[in-house]
Order: sequence, then structure tokens, then C-alpha cells
Amino acid sequence: MLSLLLRDLRLAVRAGGGFGLGLAFFLITCTLVPFGVGPQGDILARIAPGILWVGALLACLLSLDRIFALDWEDGSLDLLATAPLPLEGTVAIKALAHWITTGLPLTLAAPLFGILLHLPPAAMPWLVASLALGTPALSVLGAFGAALTVGLRRGGLLLSLLVLPLYVPTLIFGAEAVRRGAEGLGASTPLVLLAGITAATLALVPFAAAAALRVNLR
Amino acid sequence: MASLWEYANPVRFMRTSGALLPWVTAAAAASLGIGLVWGFLTPEDYKQGSTVKIMFLHVPAAMMAINIWVMMLVASLIWLIRRHHVSALAAKAAAPVGAVMTLIALATGAIWGQPMWGTWWEWDPRMTSFLILFLFYLGYMALWSAVENPDSAADLTGVLCLVGSVFALLSRYAVNFWNQGLHQGATISVAPGDRISSTYSYPLYLCMLGFFLLFVALLLLRTRTEIRIRRLAALRARELRA
Repeated sequence: MLSLLLRDLRLAVRAGGGFGLGLAFFLITCTLVPFGVGPQGDILARIAPGILWVGALLACLLSLDRIFALDWEDGSLDLLATAPLPLEGTVAIKALAHWITTGLPLTLAAPLFGILLHLPPAAMPWLVASLALGTPALSVLGAFGAALTVGLRRGGLLLSLLVLPLYVPTLIFGAEAVRRGAEGLGASTPLVLLAGITAATLALVPFAAAAALRVNLR
Repeated sequence: MASLWEYANPVRFMRTSGALLPWVTAAAAASLGIGLVWGFLTPEDYKQGSTVKIMFLHVPAAMMAINIWVMMLVASLIWLIRRHHVSALAAKAAAPVGAVMTLIALATGAIWGQPMWGTWWEWDPRMTSFLILFLFYLGYMALWSAVENPDSAADLTGVLCLVGSVFALLSRYAVNFWNQGLHQGATISVAPGDRISSTYSYPLYLCMLGFFLLFVALLLLRTRTEIRIRRLAALRARELRA
């Protein structure tokens, strides 16, 4: 399991630049929004929680098809499926590798982008906490979507259509936690609900993703 | 007494559904025709005026939009557990009908909302969750059309339907939380049914029955089409092999 994780991480860092791409996309999103809505600080501060969360979500989406597509093309996915490690475990590890290469950097860099968007300092801890709790769910759900579409020629667009509706609850609770933090209200309720969603997805969705992979590998 | 499982046999399903289809269609046409005309002739509401009559389309369509997804969930489960092809094809056949019902509910809601609330669209929990349900329908149908192998497509969409059901339900309540946390409570959403006058309720029940029968008729028709498409593909494959 560890070797699979390390292999995926190494591939992500060395080949194709998937590692920095999500971050760069996130930065561009946060740069474009002020051009669209104007540079007034108070407006930006009000929409910053939503923009940051939507930006993180889209940046996460960008690299989803890499989770299985490369291994599918060169046939190593078949080897992984026949390996002693259960396919559910493979899916979980691959989702974890995806999270370490996209979700974790996004979480760590988010306060910086928060400053760009005039997010109130009081909301910063909530931003980091909500992203840290929420992005694992995004990675696992994305792995499910990637497993559904792995064999398809034009899977990328379909993948976003399948995955984005699944992201709705995570987005709602994540952005709500930051918004409440920015307004100085107690943000623990949405945060707890967010953690609950993440825990449930981590526990259950790998099974669905592995089932989908088995169908696609048949 | 014939068990439901006998209709897992496509031949039997075709025979029975072919015999049922004209009757169901006629019943749907009759109840929808009577229900809608009766609904149209009801007196105007003292507050909503004539716009109240949109209800006879809106409420049954919204009801069917949710119930069709539940039916797809059950059919997908039957396919995943017992591998009956008719069940998978029925789920496939139901999806576009459900999507259109969702669209009817959204569109009639907007047309009613414009004069009544003064807005075509509001990010109200009910409306938002219907929009999300529509997205789920779109994704489900897109996956069906994208996968070439029909059995794989049935499996993948079945799994998607299961996961999607959980998340559609989750979104329904998450959206509640989101809007009440952000704005005032859902005060503009009026749930008819509890205090509805019998002047309106009887034609409404008839319209609901009509929409249900319409769905059954469309479902039977579309499932029969899917079975025939499958038979054609099998014939063609056999011809190629020969």
C-alpha cells in the first residue's frame, strides 16, 4: 500500500506537472474573479468564502481523470486489480495520493489566496479547517467519478457532469463554515457536518468506485 | 398467481406489456384530459387569481420527478442483485421521462413564481434541490449514452444511481441548512396540500393519477423499445458471425 502511494506521488510530481497545475489554476481563478466583479474590497470579502471553495473544487476536478486514466492506458490498472491488495484499498490509496497532490497544497495555500480576496483574518482558521476536512471527500468522490468513466474516449466532460452534483453537500457546508467564520459566528456546526460527510464518503465510496472499476476492467 | 419476477423474462414482459399498453394509455389520456379540463374550470383563487391553475401541472410533475428517481433506484438494485435485463432497461427508459418531469416542475414553477413572488427564480431550498435532481438525471443519461457495452453501461449507471440517490437526498437537506443559515427561512415556499380546498384537491388528485398513468404508459413503451433495440443488436451480431 505504501509503495503504491509513493509510486503515485512520484508519478504526480515528476511526470506531467499535475502537482503544481491545480494550484496554478486556483491562483488564476482567484485572480480572475476581481476582474469580473470589480476591485472593491467589501464585495470581495463577502464573496471570498464561496469563491475560494468553488475555486478549490474546480482545481480538484481538473486533475481527477489522472487518477486512473494513465494506469488504464499502460495496463498497470489490470495488474493492480489482480494484486493481493483489494481493489477498494487501491482506490482509497489512489484517492489519498490525489488528495496529497491537490487537496493538501490547496488547503495550505488557501490563506494566501484569502488575502488576495480580502477574506477577514478571523475566517482564515475556518478556511484552512474546512478545506482540510472537505477536500478528502472531493478526492474520494472524484475517484468514484474517474472509476466510472475510466474506459471512455471523451470521459473528461462527462466526469465533471457526474462528479459536480455529488460535490454539492460538501461545498455547501464548507463554504458555510468559512462564511460564518468571516462573520464571527460559531462555525462548528457546518464543520462537524462537513466532517461527517467526509467520514462517510471515505468509508463507503471506495466500495462503489471499486465496483465501477471492476465493471470497466471486465 | 404470477409473480413479479416472471416479467424478468423479456418475452413475457413484451406479451403482458403489449396487452396492457393501450389500456394504460387510454386511462392516462382520460384522467389527464378530465383532470386538466376540470382543473382549468375551477374558480380563480382569491389571492393567486388564475395562476393557481398551474398547480395542476406543477404538483403532479414534481411528485413524479421524485418518484421516478426512486423507481430507477429500485430497478437498478434489482439489476445489480438479480441481473434481470428488463429491470436495467426499465431504469434506462424511465430516466428521460423523469428529467422532463423535473423540467416541467421547474418551468411551471418559474411561470407561477413570476407573477406571484415577482421573480422567475429564487434560491429557495425546494427549487434548488430540484435543479440538483435535474443535474443527476442529466449525468445518469449521459453515462448511459457514453458507455458502449450495454451490460457495463447498466452496471455503471446502476452504481451511479445508488450513490446519486444518497447524495441527492443529502443535498436536499444540506440545501435547507444553507439557505436558512444564509437568509431568512424558506418563507416564500408554499406547500399546498394541507389547507387546500376540495374545489382544487379533487381535480388535483385526478391529475396526479393521470401523470402517474402517463408515466407508466411511457415507461412500458420505452422499455419495449429498448428491448427491441437489444433484440435488433443481437440479430445483427448473429448475422455478422454467420
